[in-house]
Amino acid sequence: MMRRSLWLKIVSAVVLFGAWQIAGMIPVSYAFPTFFESMAALIRMAGDGTLLTAYIETLRPLVVGVGISAFLGIGLGLWIGLSAKFDWLFSPIFIVMQAAPLAALIPLLVMAYGIGLTSKVFVVCIMAMPVIVLNTASAVRNTPASLKEMGRSFMASDTKIMLRIIIPAASPVIFSGLRLGVSAGFIGAILAELKITPTGVGDIITYSRSIADYPAMYAAIFSIILLAVLFLNFLERLEVYLFEGNVRGYASD
Amino acid sequence: MVMPQIKEADVPDMPPQSDNAVVARGISKTYGSVEALRDLSLEFPRGQLTSLLGPSGCGKTTLLKIIAGLLKPNSGEIEVNGKPVKGPGPDRAFVFQDFALMPWANVLRNVAFGLELRGVATSEREAIAEKYIAEVGLAGFEKSYPHQLSGGMRQRVGLARALSVDADVLLMDEPFSAVDEQTRRKFQEDLLNLVQNENKTFIFVTHSIEEAVYVSDQIAILLPRPSRVSEIIRPTDLRHKNVDNIRRDPEYLDIVDSIWASLRSYVE
Repeated sequence: MMRRSLWLKIVSAVVLFGAWQIAGMIPVSYAFPTFFESMAALIRMAGDGTLLTAYIETLRPLVVGVGISAFLGIGLGLWIGLSAKFDWLFSPIFIVMQAAPLAALIPLLVMAYGIGLTSKVFVVCIMAMPVIVLNTASAVRNTPASLKEMGRSFMASDTKIMLRIIIPAASPVIFSGLRLGVSAGFIGAILAELKITPTGVGDIITYSRSIADYPAMYAAIFSIILLAVLFLNFLERLEVYLFEGNVRGYASD
Repeated sequence: MVMPQIKEADVPDMPPQSDNAVVARGISKTYGSVEALRDLSLEFPRGQLTSLLGPSGCGKTTLLKIIAGLLKPNSGEIEVNGKPVKGPGPDRAFVFQDFALMPWANVLRNVAFGLELRGVATSEREAIAEKYIAEVGLAGFEKSYPHQLSGGMRQRVGLARALSVDADVLLMDEPFSAVDEQTRRKFQEDLLNLVQNENKTFIFVTHSIEEAVYVSDQIAILLPRPSRVSEIIRPTDLRHKNVDNIRRDPEYLDIVDSIWASLRSYVE
């Protein structure tokens, strides 16, 4: 059964990369390299250390921003979900944050916080936090009433109801919020490097484009997507490990 | 219809004045402007099964939750073993209509959860839980998750959880309404055995007349808006009959008919 889903993943990748290769060979555009050209550039950059240096630079705002977003986001989400007052106080902020055209706001952030790490962390947080907060809050609000009553009827304290009933019950939606938030955080990290100061992976993208080294540019974009996918897979594993019974699987598995 | 019951002999540590495990006195409850219960008084004899029967919206579940300490009455008092109820307590355990199982926890942890909340050590509570899992007929399913079980098996888990905390009073809120008819019949037979073998008091909410007559020592009929006890019926002979013969018994049929006669005008 595990086999089949693995095979399907491989088939899916082959289809995607095959389409990429064909589109590059036609070519759909002079600026669109083939899959193999891009992979060659990726291996070259990984070999000479360009990629490593770039990622050390890029991962800093990303890790700090995603860390803050996850920690603060889940905390605030729990708070908002448990108290109507905090819902009224905080929810609008995050709904506005989610809807705001971030690229247009970046100049304001730069004016306030300069072009350093702070601004970039802010961009990551603005991208990642709203969906984490709002998902957590709605998950907590929708905890089945009978589960909470069950806890109370067995004389659980409020803290125990929170830790052993509300949070596990909300965990599937919290985790889906985390997944969405983390992918948005990756977008935010690259956006910050393209819009604020070209550093790290954003620098490779900008620089390669300016010297028309398109394979290198697409290799950089590919690598960040790959990293995001790996991290999302890790999150999924973590969820399965923590709350096994929540994973219902598919009928076909 | 109302007949005195044979008193239980083996209740040594009880105050002599009562053989009632639970007493409700003058309970009133309103939700906003809706009056759910008005001045309701009822006694629940120890070691017996009392059904709360009535049309939907008659406040049966409200009364059960007040006894459980999950809801506060506006006035009146519940006594369990002679002590007034302030909130949920170790002397009562609740079985939920929708099972209230934790989907992220396996059967063993679900059954042991009541003990877990009381701080019982892991090995001890799991040993107790395993015993009750076997007792409700789920041995071998300890590591299964609720979504892998049928509705009837899920409610057995809920029942095992309530039994494992060893409370004097078991509060059951329409426990069999979400399972299919055949499973329900099996449950009803099992429940009769449970009442006989465990020295516990059962309070059982149901909307099924047949179910109430089949399983009860005492049936309290509640009439709605606002709820009060309109009648208390005690089947006299059914308890000593074989479970296979109860549904054919003339007394069973008469009681079912007379309850329906008094309820019919309240069903729209």
